[in-house]
Amino acid sequence: MKSGNTKTQNKTELIPGKTAKRLQSVYRIAAAVMIVLLFVLLVTAMVGLPEIGDKNNPDNNEVARRYIENGLEETGAVNIVSGMILDYRAFDTFGESCVLFVATICVTIMLRIDGRGGDEDDEEHETGKKAFGIRESAFAKFDSRNYEPQNDTILKKSAMLVIPLILVFGIYVVLNGHLSPGGGFSGGAILGTGFILYLSAFGFEKTERFMNAKTVKIVTLVALLVYCLSKCYSFFTGANHLESGIPLGTPGAILSSGLILVLNICVGAVVACTMYSFYALVRRGRI
Amino acid sequence: MWNLVREHLNDIVAAALFVIGFGDLLFQKNMIKKIIGLNIMDTAIYLLLASQGYIEGRKAPIVVDGVKDVSAYINPIPSGLVLTGIVVSVSVTALLLSLTIRMYKKYHSLDLDYCLMMARREG
Amino acid sequence: MEFVKNFPFFSIMLCMFCAIICSVLNRHAAKHFTRIVLLIVMVLSGVLLINTYNSGESFVYYMGHFPAPWGNEIRGGCLEAVFALFVSTVAFLSVVAGGKAIEFDIEDKKENLFFILVCLMTSSLLAMCYTNDLFTGYVFIEINTISGCGLIMVRQLGKTTVTAVRYMVISLLGSGLFLIGVTLLYTLTGHLLMSNIQESVSELLQSGDYRMQLTIVIGLMTVGLAIKSGLFPFHLWIPDAYGQSNVVSSSLLSGTVSKGYIFLLIKIYMRTIGMEAIEKSGVLYVCFYLGIIAMVLGSVLALHERSFRRMIAFSSIAQIGYIFMGIGLGTKAAIAAAIFHIFAHGLTKSLLFISSSEFTEGSHSKSIDDLKGLGYKYRYSALCYSIGAFSIVGFPLLAGFISKLLLGGAALGHGPLQWIALLALAVSTILNAVYFLRTVVYLYIPTEHIDRDNEETVKVTNTNANGKTDKLLLLPGMHCPSYVIGISVLVLLNFLLGLCSGPVTDIINKGLEVFR
Repeated sequence: MKSGNTKTQNKTELIPGKTAKRLQSVYRIAAAVMIVLLFVLLVTAMVGLPEIGDKNNPDNNEVARRYIENGLEETGAVNIVSGMILDYRAFDTFGESCVLFVATICVTIMLRIDGRGGDEDDEEHETGKKAFGIRESAFAKFDSRNYEPQNDTILKKSAMLVIPLILVFGIYVVLNGHLSPGGGFSGGAILGTGFILYLSAFGFEKTERFMNAKTVKIVTLVALLVYCLSKCYSFFTGANHLESGIPLGTPGAILSSGLILVLNICVGAVVACTMYSFYALVRRGRI
Repeated sequence: MWNLVREHLNDIVAAALFVIGFGDLLFQKNMIKKIIGLNIMDTAIYLLLASQGYIEGRKAPIVVDGVKDVSAYINPIPSGLVLTGIVVSVSVTALLLSLTIRMYKKYHSLDLDYCLMMARREG
Repeated sequence: MEFVKNFPFFSIMLCMFCAIICSVLNRHAAKHFTRIVLLIVMVLSGVLLINTYNSGESFVYYMGHFPAPWGNEIRGGCLEAVFALFVSTVAFLSVVAGGKAIEFDIEDKKENLFFILVCLMTSSLLAMCYTNDLFTGYVFIEINTISGCGLIMVRQLGKTTVTAVRYMVISLLGSGLFLIGVTLLYTLTGHLLMSNIQESVSELLQSGDYRMQLTIVIGLMTVGLAIKSGLFPFHLWIPDAYGQSNVVSSSLLSGTVSKGYIFLLIKIYMRTIGMEAIEKSGVLYVCFYLGIIAMVLGSVLALHERSFRRMIAFSSIAQIGYIFMGIGLGTKAAIAAAIFHIFAHGLTKSLLFISSSEFTEGSHSKSIDDLKGLGYKYRYSALCYSIGAFSIVGFPLLAGFISKLLLGGAALGHGPLQWIALLALAVSTILNAVYFLRTVVYLYIPTEHIDRDNEETVKVTNTNANGKTDKLLLLPGMHCPSYVIGISVLVLLNFLLGLCSGPVTDIINKGLEVFR
C-alpha cells in the first residue's frame, strides 16, 4: 500500500512540461492521421486485389503447380506444405529456427539469474528484507521466483492422467509431420506444454530429474547442430549438382522422405526445450 | 460496392485488424496491451496470406490416395509462409514479455511512458 | 561450378554454426572462436570480391536441390561481396577493439551469449545481403531485429531495458508494414523470388494493371525499412539505443545493422521492383525530402545534446539522412555515392563509438563538459577519436570527405533538387563541424586542476556488471593491445577509403552494373 502511494506521488511530480506535452499531442495526432491513412490505403489496395478463391490468380502459377505435382516424388513427403518448407524452401525454415534460437538467447540474457544477479534484484531483495525484517533464508520463501504451488491433489491426479496423452500426441505429431498436418513446430509446442504442465503439477524438484539446464542445453545444441549440418550437406550437394544419396523411401511410410523426418525431430526437440525454458526462466530465473 | 466488399471481405477484415493492431502498438501505454496489439497485427497478416492461398472448393495440400492433380489442392506456398510467420511472432512475443517482466521488476509499472520518464531521470 | 561460388553460403553458415557452438563454450573460448570465425568470413568475402570483380559477373547459388522459382537461392556479385566484406570487417574490428568494454559491461556468465548475438547478427546481415528471395529477406530481418534488441539490453540496466522495449516496439511496426508489403506483392505477382518479381512487375507496368496497388506496396516496404533503419520521423529510438548500450553494441548497431536494412531497400528498389516502377511511384521524393530533413535535424539535435555518446548517436541520424538523400536522387551515381557513404559512415562511426568508451569510463561521466583535458590522459584514444571526428566532418584525406564529394557530385544536374541537396549538405557539414570539433577542442583543453585526488574514490565507486573493481578494467584501452590494434586498423581503413577512393568507387560501380 505504501509503495503505491509513493508511486502516485512520483507520477504527479513527473508531469512533463508544457512544450513536451504539446509535442506529445502533436505526435499523437500525427500518428492518428497516419493510422487512418494506412487504413484507407490498405482497403483501397485490398479491394482491387484479385478475387479470393479464384483459381486463375497470379499466385496459382507454375511454382505451386510443381509443388503439388512433383512434390511427392521430389521430397517424398505426403504433406506438401511440410515438403515445401523443409526441402524446397529450407533456407527460410532454417532462418526461422534461428529466430527461435536468438529469442531464447535474449530471454536467457534478460531473465537468467547467475549468482549475484542484476542490480534490481538486489534492490528488491533489500526492500523485501527491510519490509519483512527477517533473515535472508526466510525471505527466500517469499521471493516470487521460488514460489512453488502447494501440492494440489486435483491438479496432480488430472495431470497424471493427461500428461502421458499429451506427450504421446506430441511425439505422434512430430513423427508424422511429413504424412499429416503437423510437424516439428506444432509437435514441439505440444511436447513443451506437456512438460510445463508436469512442472506446474509436481514442482521443480521432480521435473529436474529429466528436464534441467544441462539436458535443455545438450538437446538444443545437438538438435540445432544436426539441423545445421544436415542442411549444409543438402545445400552444398544441391548447389554443386551432386547426388545427395539420401533415400526417400516409400511415400506414406513413417521412415520416408529423407531428411524431412530428421529435421522435424530436431525442430520438435528445439521447440519443446524452448517452450519449457521460457516458462522456467519466467518462473524462477533459471532453467 | 456491396459486391466488391463481399468479394474481398477477408482482405478488408485483415486490413481492419492490421490497423487495429498497429494502432494498439502505437497508442497503448500498457505493455501487455501493446503485445496484444502486436499479435493482432500478425494475425491480420496470416488471415490475408491464408485467404490469398485459398481456392474455392479445394482441399489442403496433403496427397491422399495418390491424387497429384493440381486442381485438387489449394496453393501450398501461403500456408508455409504463415507457418514461418507464426514462429517469428511467437519468438517476438516471448522476447517482449520477458522485457516487460524486467521493466516491471525495475520500475513497478507496465506503463512505458512512465518507465521512460523514470529511466530519463536516472540519467 | 567454381569453388569460390560456395563462399557466400559458407560465410552465412559458418556464422550460424559459430553461434550454435558458442552456446556451450565459456567466455574466453567463445570470444576467440567468434573472432576467428569473423576473420575467416572477412577473408572469404575478400576472396569472393576479388573473384567477382575480375569476372565482372554475378552468379546464383541454389540453396538446395531445386532451381530458382521453386527452391531458395542466393546471389553473389561484386556489390554483395563488398558489402559482406564491410559487415564482417566492422563486426570483427568492433569485437576485437571492444573486448575490454564487453568484459566490463556484461556479466561473466552471459558473455558467451553476447557473442552468439554478434554471430547471429552477422550471419543475418550476410543473408540479407546475399539473398535473392524476398521472404528469406523478411525472416533474416527479424533475426537482425531481435539480435539488435539483445545487443541493446545486454548491458543490464533499467534504462537499457526501457530502450530495448522502445526499439522493439518501433521495429515491430516496421516489420509488420514490410511483411504486409511482401504479402501484397506476392498476391500481385505470384512470386517471392526477386528476379521473377521484377519480370512480373514490368509486365504489370506495361499492361497498366494494379498501378495503385504497386505504389502502395512500394510505400509500405519503404516505410517499413525506413522505420527500422531510423530515418527522420522514426528516429526517436536511436539516441537512447546507441547512447546507453555497450559501446560494441552501439558500434555494431549503427555501423552495420541499420545499414543492412538500407542495403536491402536498395536491393528491393533496383532488383525486385525495378527503378522504372519506383520512379513512377514517386517514393524517391519522399526518401529525398525525409533524408534532407534528417540531415539538418539530426545535426541540430546533436548540437543541443550535452551527453557525449548521445551526441554521436544523433549524428548517426544525420548520416542516415545522407544515405537516404542519395537513394532519393535515384541516379546510378547517387546510389553509388550512398553506398560509399554506408561504408564510410560504418567505419567512422564504429571508430568514434569505440574510442569514446575510454573517455566515458575514464571520466566516469557522460557529459561533454567533462571531456576537458582528457586528451592528455588518454592520448591514443583521443588521437583516434579526433581522426574519426575529422572524417565525419568531411576533412580531406579521410573517408567522409570523399563520400560528401560523391554525394554532392551526384546531386548536380537534378534541377531544383540539386540546390536543396547542396544547401542541406553545406548546412549539415557546418553543423557537423561545430559539434564534433567542439568535442575535439574540449579534449585538448589544457587543464591542470583535474581532480587526480578523486581518482581513487572514482575507482571504488566504478563497478562493472560483475561487481568487480578491477583497475585494469577501468582503463579499457591502455592495458589492452587488442584495443589499440582494433582502433588503429579502423583509422587506417578510414585513411584508405579517403586516399584510395578510386578502386572502391570502381568496385561499387561495377557491382551496380550487374545489380539487376
